[in-house]
Amino acid sequence: MSEVADRIKEIINPENLVYAKSPLLNDDIMHYCPGCSHGVVHRLIAEVIDEMGIQEQTIGVSPVGCAVFAYNYIDIDWQEAAHGRAPAVATGIKRVMPEKVVFTYQGDGDLAAIGTAETFHAVNRGENIVMIFINNAIYGMTGGQMAPTTLIGQVTATTPNGRNVDLNGYPLRITELLAQLPGAAYVTRQSVQNPAAVRKAKKAIRKAFEIQAMKKGTAFVEVVSTCSSGWKLNPVESNKWMEENMFPQYPLGDLKDGSRADAGLYSIKG
Amino acid sequence: MAKVRGAVVVDTEVCKGCNLCVVACPTQTLALNRNVNSKGYHYSYMENPENCTGCTNCSAVCPDSCITVYRVKIES
Repeated sequence: MSEVADRIKEIINPENLVYAKSPLLNDDIMHYCPGCSHGVVHRLIAEVIDEMGIQEQTIGVSPVGCAVFAYNYIDIDWQEAAHGRAPAVATGIKRVMPEKVVFTYQGDGDLAAIGTAETFHAVNRGENIVMIFINNAIYGMTGGQMAPTTLIGQVTATTPNGRNVDLNGYPLRITELLAQLPGAAYVTRQSVQNPAAVRKAKKAIRKAFEIQAMKKGTAFVEVVSTCSSGWKLNPVESNKWMEENMFPQYPLGDLKDGSRADAGLYSIKG
Repeated sequence: MAKVRGAVVVDTEVCKGCNLCVVACPTQTLALNRNVNSKGYHYSYMENPENCTGCTNCSAVCPDSCITVYRVKIES
């Protein structure tokens, strides 16, 4: 046994390091529940910003929701926005300081419910910002109430018998709607439930930031996430539940990959 | 054949015992400890350290970024 311990001591050496926490993440312990996807996405954003070397230029806009304290964890400049208004605030920042890299980080209650107007019009104007959308089909921070993205039949605090279409309407696939808008350059849907998905999501987030640097239009990354506290499951069961129930409604993949539409297509001819 | 060996270090005070790294580990290296940290979470640790290949799957899924991974190539 001591032989194994000695062997481990030999391996644990700075020259053998293959993965360490991103230097952009500070030492605060995240307030998220165990197994929450927010932590993974925070880490991916920090790693992408660090790898691109844009720490000094990046400004994040944090929402109202569980991610309201995002500014406590990633060591970049942050601005807090009123509920749902992150895309409007990001628009302002980007227009005043076009050399900065601006992104919003929003949940489904923030982006798809109260902030629908700001979201649509920011994407429709083709603002050069990155929008990261965490979709966990529930209002996590306030205690697990129904969100627009809640699945049909899903039990939440405000739909104790499951979401009923006659009473509560249908789950909103806002990412599909945004992909229709000419201002969107890159619209994708990812997840972070296993190592392969995490690596794909990181590539998507990196691509979104690169698109902003190329001034191609709005880059929108949805991450289908879990809320183990809101769903009343443990983190591993939550991931399984997400794969079985969320993915049929919110299929993963790129929805749009290009650049903002040419203005000539839409202007009056003659 | 070159063999790959690895080791992980878990920041036990930051770990919340969510079990995602244990499920993601392809070599059954990790498990949750019977002991708890100061917050009362059963933190993750290397139960079978000889299995670890340093694949970084555990650190990829860790929501609290509490895993550091080391890897060496052993020529035999």
